[in-house]
Amino acid sequence: MSAPVLILGARSDIARACAHRFAQAGHPLVLAARDAATLEADAVDLRLRHGVTVDCVDFDATDSAGHGAFVDALDPLPAVAICAIGAMGDQLESQRDPVAAAAVFRANFEGPALILGELAQRFEARGTGTLVGISSVAGERGRASNYVYGAAKAGFTAFLSGLRNRLARSPVQVTTVLPGFVATRMTEGMDLPARLLAQPDEVANAIFRAVEKRRDVIYVRPIWRLIMAVIRALPEFVFKRTRL
Amino acid sequence: MELSGWGRYPRIKGQLHEPRDEAALAALLQADTPVIARGLGRSYGDSAVAAQTVSMRHFDRMIDFDPDSGQLVAEAGVSLAGIIDAFLPRGWFPSVTPGTKFVTLGGAIAADVHGKNHHSEGAFSAFTDWFDLMGADGRVIRCSRDANAELFANTFGGMGLTGIILRAAIRLRRIESGWIRQTMIPARNLDEALEAFDETMDATYCVAWIDCLGTGDNLGRSLVMTGEHARPDELPPERRARPFDTPRHRDIPFPFDLPGFVLNPYTVRAFNALYYRMGARKAGDGLVDWDSYFYPLDAVQHWNRLYGRRGFMQFQCALPLEGGDTGLRRLLEAIARSGAASFLAVLKRFGPQTGPVSFPMEGYTLALDFPMNRRSLALMPELDRITIEHGGRLYLAKDSRMSRETLRQTDPRWSEFTRMRHEAGLDRRFASAQSQRLGL
Repeated sequence: MSAPVLILGARSDIARACAHRFAQAGHPLVLAARDAATLEADAVDLRLRHGVTVDCVDFDATDSAGHGAFVDALDPLPAVAICAIGAMGDQLESQRDPVAAAAVFRANFEGPALILGELAQRFEARGTGTLVGISSVAGERGRASNYVYGAAKAGFTAFLSGLRNRLARSPVQVTTVLPGFVATRMTEGMDLPARLLAQPDEVANAIFRAVEKRRDVIYVRPIWRLIMAVIRALPEFVFKRTRL
Repeated sequence: MELSGWGRYPRIKGQLHEPRDEAALAALLQADTPVIARGLGRSYGDSAVAAQTVSMRHFDRMIDFDPDSGQLVAEAGVSLAGIIDAFLPRGWFPSVTPGTKFVTLGGAIAADVHGKNHHSEGAFSAFTDWFDLMGADGRVIRCSRDANAELFANTFGGMGLTGIILRAAIRLRRIESGWIRQTMIPARNLDEALEAFDETMDATYCVAWIDCLGTGDNLGRSLVMTGEHARPDELPPERRARPFDTPRHRDIPFPFDLPGFVLNPYTVRAFNALYYRMGARKAGDGLVDWDSYFYPLDAVQHWNRLYGRRGFMQFQCALPLEGGDTGLRRLLEAIARSGAASFLAVLKRFGPQTGPVSFPMEGYTLALDFPMNRRSLALMPELDRITIEHGGRLYLAKDSRMSRETLRQTDPRWSEFTRMRHEAGLDRRFASAQSQRLGL
């Protein structure tokens, strides 16, 4: 019997691809998202294709008070938890409307960080487990075009890094995923360079390998490591004039 | 963006929509411009391209499977490759499969694809119990042999022009291993090949590779290959315990477009001669894994790049049993005379015709690839003429260049189809570059 995998934010394209990748390897799944009943079609598909058990559970990342009860209800506690929660929001709206900006912070930082923090407590107590947080290269340096989203992702990346540091001496593994551009609902209609654009399957494969090899931080396409190194190295007086 | 079929000719500028649910799909039908659905883009010509093309890639879920009957219900974007991945290890295989597993259920129904078992078991339609079709008004109706039977029949081979196929119920075949028992029969010429077809009519699978550059005594030189799903006791002892384990093929990428001059009559002639000799040496029985047997070309991703940037076309006709042999001989003579390079041409025996616009007819089918160039294009009208004179027809899933007149002369069935489309208001909602070229 393979280890059960929890996928948070299971409706996203990357989450769906991860579900197939782990199910293909025989892992039973728990799919968590708001309005879990609508995940059932995906669950049926996963069961038919891969012959694994798939449960769908309601989960609202922004309801931080409910996180404890949500984790309590997981039986068994999963071996791997992948957090694919996130929403780009609209940068201009986030600039104008603090309520919209707060929602982006909550969906990309507060919710994901708090639920993984809650799971980390349980994994640490049990002495095993892998936590995977899907963050973003947008969090590496704030850019005018999406810094509200980027700031939330920066917070999430820092949280994962701190969690990994804290758990370094425990058997619990924390993996940060920085996918770069991915062909998903989020990027639909954007004109992105094909060489930099990964497919959700590619991201899922990279995550699967990262979990197997207990990697700390992964970029899906290696070229992003280089791009982000350059972007991070630009002096601020240059960077602030760029339009990226 | 620019869209094309597998042959990369023609290329059509248009918009590609990728709806995620039925509501989004129905909304696309509200527009004034007609649309055409597209699966994995394996039809060769312009069947699945239009100014407004709708990718069905998000409709890719399996819905139900009944292990007693082998009936699988799945959304139209599910591919045969996905079905094989999921069900071969459990002892099931598609009942009919074309030469690539990268086709969707929707595409297989729209083209009513055939496989190496058409002579013995029929086309894809023979194993389809029902499908759901979104009509011109965005409403979804279930079609089967009992309900909406006319629409059901017209959709097989209807090239997506009767509506958008959303999901379908197909019956899979029980198999006992992932291996095929293959028998290779070398035939020195066309007569010997057709004789071999007659003698192997009760084989489940039968297909011939034919060397189109052979002339004189060698005209129609072929390797006829029959196949049966192997039982575990027919496998070597070390494979019997795990009969569904077959070697996983590494995908060989074809990373760039081959320059056009590489494929010329000399290199192709040399290749064909070598292929025939190697095949003849292997004459007799052998075991082949399912992937190599059914999908030898799938191992090379983007093999269509072989023909360079200009792309290629495939000529595939069906000829009736009566006079079919003369027709085939004349086609082969014309091809050999023209010197147009074609390799890996395929000859098959077809069983009876089913359905009002389904391609196969009792007789023979010949399929050949040609690089897209002036010489090939000059040859096509001659091949069309021979097809017309022998009562044959052409396969729309392969066509990229036929004229309206050729279609009218080869396949008068389409005029009734076109009338039906007009009366039902389907022509204003569903059209491809091909249907507009052919006036369907």
